[in-house]
Amino acid sequence: MSVTKERAEGALDVVRIRADFPILSRTVGDKPMVFLDSAATSQKPRQVIEAEREFYERHNANVHRGIYMLSEEATELYEGAREKIARFIGASDPATIVYTRGTTESINLVAHAWGRKFLKEGDEILLSDMEHHSNIVPWQLCVRDTGAVLRYIPLTDDGLLDLSDLGSLLTKRTKILSVSGMSNSLGTLPPIRELADAAHAVGAVVCVDGAQLVPHVPVDVAELDCDFLSISGHKMLGPTASGGLYARRELLEAMDPFMGGGHMIEEVHHDHSTWNEVPYKFEAGTMNIAQEVGLGAAVDYLRALSMDAVRAHEEEITGYAIDRLLDAGATIFGPKDVSVRGGAVSFWYKDVHPHDLATVLNEEGVAVRAGHHCTQLVMRRFGVPATTRASFYVYNTNDEVDALIAALGRAEEVFGF
Amino acid sequence: MALDEIYKETILDHYKNPRNKRELPGAELSCSRNNPLCGDEITVFVHEEDGKVAAVTFLGQGCSISQSSASMMTEAVNGRSVQEAERLIGDFRGMMAGDAEPDEDEFGELVALKGVVKYPIRVKCAVLAWDVLQEALSGGDGKAAGASAHGA
Repeated sequence: MSVTKERAEGALDVVRIRADFPILSRTVGDKPMVFLDSAATSQKPRQVIEAEREFYERHNANVHRGIYMLSEEATELYEGAREKIARFIGASDPATIVYTRGTTESINLVAHAWGRKFLKEGDEILLSDMEHHSNIVPWQLCVRDTGAVLRYIPLTDDGLLDLSDLGSLLTKRTKILSVSGMSNSLGTLPPIRELADAAHAVGAVVCVDGAQLVPHVPVDVAELDCDFLSISGHKMLGPTASGGLYARRELLEAMDPFMGGGHMIEEVHHDHSTWNEVPYKFEAGTMNIAQEVGLGAAVDYLRALSMDAVRAHEEEITGYAIDRLLDAGATIFGPKDVSVRGGAVSFWYKDVHPHDLATVLNEEGVAVRAGHHCTQLVMRRFGVPATTRASFYVYNTNDEVDALIAALGRAEEVFGF
Repeated sequence: MALDEIYKETILDHYKNPRNKRELPGAELSCSRNNPLCGDEITVFVHEEDGKVAAVTFLGQGCSISQSSASMMTEAVNGRSVQEAERLIGDFRGMMAGDAEPDEDEFGELVALKGVVKYPIRVKCAVLAWDVLQEALSGGDGKAAGASAHGA
């Protein structure tokens, strides 16, 4: 175990990283706070908080509007963040990044602006049983309006996508495959490139829910060959309501707008309007300017760490956590092999209900998520009402995994049958 | 310490050895509901006779708070008039909302749940069974929002 620990701390200088996150010095009662819920939202480094504050203190103005100094500065920062985000995911053209308030809005944008325009009765949308509700419900709303049909890739007992029958699920009728890049409840990393190749072979477009993928794994949209990729800023050290949608430019050109309003137009007449160029066609009204600038700072922070090192750190700590949880008698949902999974680890511990467990863990200073994690299809697949989930990021240490395990012991004392 | 306060022996006792946890054949009133946030589920069965709660049972699964609250509830309302049962439901909700101090004579063991008030997100666990009972008594057909969290 000590070897694992040293290697984990080798991939990233976690002691130095933790010093950048003011919130991590908080305590719960007299115990150090152990934050293991980054899959829900990550904590923010000073650099991000400062970027947002400096924007408001020195550069605040609306963008693309005013012919004056502040507006020009604000626009430069806002568009500069777009360039950083594009580079971060390997997109060569910043105009292929549409700002949104996160993955939920991004997927709704695709289902609305692409789905309602291009899907018709009898077309099929292929999802999977591991999807977050935000990659299910927008499509349910879409099929109601279009007459298209939803189909789902099932899961194996290990929590991997069961691709044994993919040939009958992915057919000429399939117009879009929309899947998670990394499951938020099982941790699974599906083989996106393989799925994209298969989808493209039948003429379907590929939409990847990157809420968990982009913060934790090096991503290159050209290598993944996806057509859409949603990005959640607040899960990758950025402010809440920051994020975006990557889409191939020709798709953005062909799609209808999502919301109507200021700035998304070119000309407005009594009876019709014409649209602004991509990506502004999709950015109606005043956007989350300061937050996207903050996301640009988060991207700088992650690039300085190197996403390869982030991934290596998380493989180490996830492997350590899985070993220790299994030793402690927990049941883990999702793959155990860290090469095909990320650091969101769902488990069930000795018949202690996840809500009771999370309450006891909180008393010990350990913050975890308990519930269905917005993945009710996953809960039903594994026959549990809820799970407890610990999730890790750049600032977590193996010592914090040890604190989790010790707190489980306390729960057993209280709830032992 | 807070933990001990909310998981008093009474709560754990009712959780581990739930009272009246069974179906009630021939019950005129029944209602189920789940808490879509956490997957807790409760079904309450009531046999009503001459304006009285002649028998009340429950089935369900979930955390210690929701299940012990259901168990204590069945003991507390059994044999009371429907009117008294409804008043107790109101008083219990008042305690869980932090609005009213419980009358210890009326509440008995239910006082053990008072500590949950300090955990706002879990108050709904404690109140779930009572909401279901209220709905059953008012003749609700028992289909709550959200699908059952169980199955294959």
